[in-house]
Amino acid sequence: MAGSDHISRRDFVKLTTAAVGTLIAAAVGLPAIGYLIDPALKSSKADAWIPLGKVAAFPVGKPTLVSFTQSQVNGWEKTVTSHGVFVLRKSDTETVVISNKCTHLGCQVNWKTDKQEFICPCHDAQFDINGRVVGGPPPRPLDSYSGDQLKVENGTLFLHFMEG
Amino acid sequence: MWKKLFAWLDERLGLNDLYKATLDRPEPKGTWWNTLGSASLFLFIMQGVTGIFLAAYYTPSPDHAYDSIQYIMTGVAFGWLIRGIHHWGATLMVLVVFIHMIRVFVTASYKYPRELTWLIGVGLLVLTLGMGFTGYLLPMDQKAYWATTVGTSIAGSVPFIGPFILKALRGGTDISALTLNRFFAAHIWMLPAALAALIGTHLYLIIRHGESAYPDKDD
Repeated sequence: MAGSDHISRRDFVKLTTAAVGTLIAAAVGLPAIGYLIDPALKSSKADAWIPLGKVAAFPVGKPTLVSFTQSQVNGWEKTVTSHGVFVLRKSDTETVVISNKCTHLGCQVNWKTDKQEFICPCHDAQFDINGRVVGGPPPRPLDSYSGDQLKVENGTLFLHFMEG
Repeated sequence: MWKKLFAWLDERLGLNDLYKATLDRPEPKGTWWNTLGSASLFLFIMQGVTGIFLAAYYTPSPDHAYDSIQYIMTGVAFGWLIRGIHHWGATLMVLVVFIHMIRVFVTASYKYPRELTWLIGVGLLVLTLGMGFTGYLLPMDQKAYWATTVGTSIAGSVPFIGPFILKALRGGTDISALTLNRFFAAHIWMLPAALAALIGTHLYLIIRHGESAYPDKDD
């Protein structure tokens, strides 16, 4: 029926089939895309406030090592990593936290009270009490945390630790 | 423009002939029962697609198989949907393939010249059941473990060669990581490859012979 407003039975069936088919394909196809790209949409940053201990318990002027573990969940797998930081109370009000991870190759540095330096056992890197490089191969000072990255609640020092 | 492009492609690929042979064949008068073969094919494709998607997260290791499936169900967006379709599609496929076989039997469509189509269909049924059996172990939960224990033990009860079959199926005397891995390989590579090859032949034979007409009073 050319020129008529009525659509033929065959065209109607074609149109309905195409419409329903598209609908079903979209209903399954769009979730399928979401399913595949899901890990990319999740934030992977480990982000937590770590309690380091009572502020009053840390001696003034001497870096004190605090160890803690950080766990990260990837899918069904949980990885636990150990970290160490030195808490240094410069005065009653000013506290700074210094990472114990050497910036050269990632070994753990130790505080030597007699030398007043952090010494890395791997390649003899030396850092001063504020983490600045004194000698050896490290390219930059030890990572340190201060200001917004620290907070004190009920006398307990917290470190805002991010990884990834 | 599109017509020219289509004509160019058609001249080289024979799209129109292909369309006529597959989708516009002359058919004897049929009923909804005649659509079950196409339904089986659709289910096979759907199982293939959802299976490929599941393989993006599933881990065939006894330590991680269950956890990875828990993660698919609760941690991944729409994971429950993809696995749900695969799970229920599997059951539905066994059902549809079975009813398809009964229809072919009842309408005597297996007779000359379609005996080979029937025989290949028997192979397809066995492979479909094999897919169900191997897929059942993959979640590696208690149900999967004991179903596989019982299933492989039945295969092991064959006289003389039973113990050999059992060890070949399990990859050793016990259900282990080897069992899970070989069931996984069978489920995603060997059986689907065999299924695809047989489906191709099955379809070729259907196109070659056309569908059988229902028997009438003279038959």
